[in-house]
Amino acid sequence: MTEQTNKSIKIEVNQLDFFYDQKQALNKISLEIPEQEVFALIGPSGCGKSTFLRTLNRLNDLIHKTSLKGKIKIDGDDIYHSSIDVVQLRKSVGMVFQKPNPFPFSIYDNVAYGPRANGIKKREQLNAIVEKCLRQAALWDEVKDRLDDSGTSLSGGQQQRLCIARVMAVEPDIILMDEPTSALDPLATLKVEELIHELKQNYTIVIVTHNMEQAARVSDKTAFFLDGVVVEVGETDQIFTNPKMKETEDYITGKFG
Amino acid sequence: MSKVKRNQIIAYSLLSLAAALTVTILLAIVFYIMSRGLAMINLAFLLEEPRRMGAEGGIYPAILGTVYLVGVTLLLATPIGVGTAIYLNEYIREGLFKKVIRFTTEALAGIPSIVFGLFGFIFFVILLRDITGGWSIISGSLTGVMMILPVVIRASEEALRNVPNPLREGSLALGTTRWYTIKKIVLPLAFPGILTSLILSIGRVVGETAAFLLTLGGSLLIPRTLFDGSRTLSLHLYMVAMETGNMDMAFGTGAVLIILIIIINFLAGALFKRLIKRFS
Repeated sequence: MTEQTNKSIKIEVNQLDFFYDQKQALNKISLEIPEQEVFALIGPSGCGKSTFLRTLNRLNDLIHKTSLKGKIKIDGDDIYHSSIDVVQLRKSVGMVFQKPNPFPFSIYDNVAYGPRANGIKKREQLNAIVEKCLRQAALWDEVKDRLDDSGTSLSGGQQQRLCIARVMAVEPDIILMDEPTSALDPLATLKVEELIHELKQNYTIVIVTHNMEQAARVSDKTAFFLDGVVVEVGETDQIFTNPKMKETEDYITGKFG
Repeated sequence: MSKVKRNQIIAYSLLSLAAALTVTILLAIVFYIMSRGLAMINLAFLLEEPRRMGAEGGIYPAILGTVYLVGVTLLLATPIGVGTAIYLNEYIREGLFKKVIRFTTEALAGIPSIVFGLFGFIFFVILLRDITGGWSIISGSLTGVMMILPVVIRASEEALRNVPNPLREGSLALGTTRWYTIKKIVLPLAFPGILTSLILSIGRVVGETAAFLLTLGGSLLIPRTLFDGSRTLSLHLYMVAMETGNMDMAFGTGAVLIILIIIINFLAGALFKRLIKRFS
């Protein structure tokens, strides 16, 4: 426990409200997400956990008629402040989506996409990045002989690891994962979970999941969302073995959801 | 035989009959024009100037006029049309402004070409004659641009809309700008749809006569600059048939027109593919 309290706070969310048009989706969310840990968001469909995740890299900005109140600080900087460059923010806060979304070009070009956008042109440099990231994503051995094949020709699990490699190539500090294994089979899920375990050495990971066992397996801390409110947040062990709130207990024991 | 199965067979037969009929009619027309026109085509026909108002001689000026007109029209309409579509689909959100632009383009699409021709005649040919040179390829092209813009905009917008949103989000979430995402992901994926709209537009320009009679003028001379008057093959065909009555010349022109359209479509495909590649 002492080790965990020593960790510095990476993301600090304070009294966050979020609206789709008139409809309030998040209500006074306050959370502290520590550095280099896996932070799981659980809760039934429509409870606002994905919406919350997408406020962290300001992807909700793309949706028409949304508004936000409260503060989100990453490394102490208010990410909704007018001086923040959203493009820079998204470089440091990567995202892996629910459905693997590789670009319709080669495996190599998928991973090199972000570095190229940042102006890296030298072939040797790109080669090194591609290999490093594919290795980190535990995909290198499976694809090293066919880097020119289309990213979309891979299996679902491989596609998702490719997307993770693609994110890592931009060198973010934080990786957001929106139900990254919901479209995968159990074996592919296992691989991605092992990967998450590896990744937390270097990254702060926030993961939305529908799968209770997954949250229990991969995360250090868990927050339980219900109807746009954080009902309970704490160490994952505590949330799953000894929840303080009745709703949390009902949810994790499968009484609703 | 069951009723369902019988209906299936009837439906299948009717549909294949319809398809066969379409293809047959199309082939018959092309075959008829070609059989009467191909005999006319030789090097002299293609490379000589017409004599006696087109009753004799070749059709070289009209071939040049067609190529210039199509080229300049596409050169102007593609950036404007595709740019408008990108702006509408990628940058602004649903709202009054977007509705107004949509309504305007739709209204533009419904206007008969002769009305564009009349406008082009009064505006480009008469009012702006010091700039456009009066009846000229420029005047004709600007009129052509107005005619095809609605098609290019609508079809490009449709093509852009068909690019899956998760790919846009995936790109933006990697910390790329909107323009980079459009350039690298959206445009290449929308390219086939955009190309189709451009090829359809070529067909409309090549096939148009009325609007270009009023704006190109119908000169039989070889156009030296874009500010010279000219005529397209369609226009030439019309004028030869109506003014000289020499149907062999008209069919010869028709055959060249069909071949030219096939060549232009082919070249446009190759050219735009290369452009997009260099662009991204």
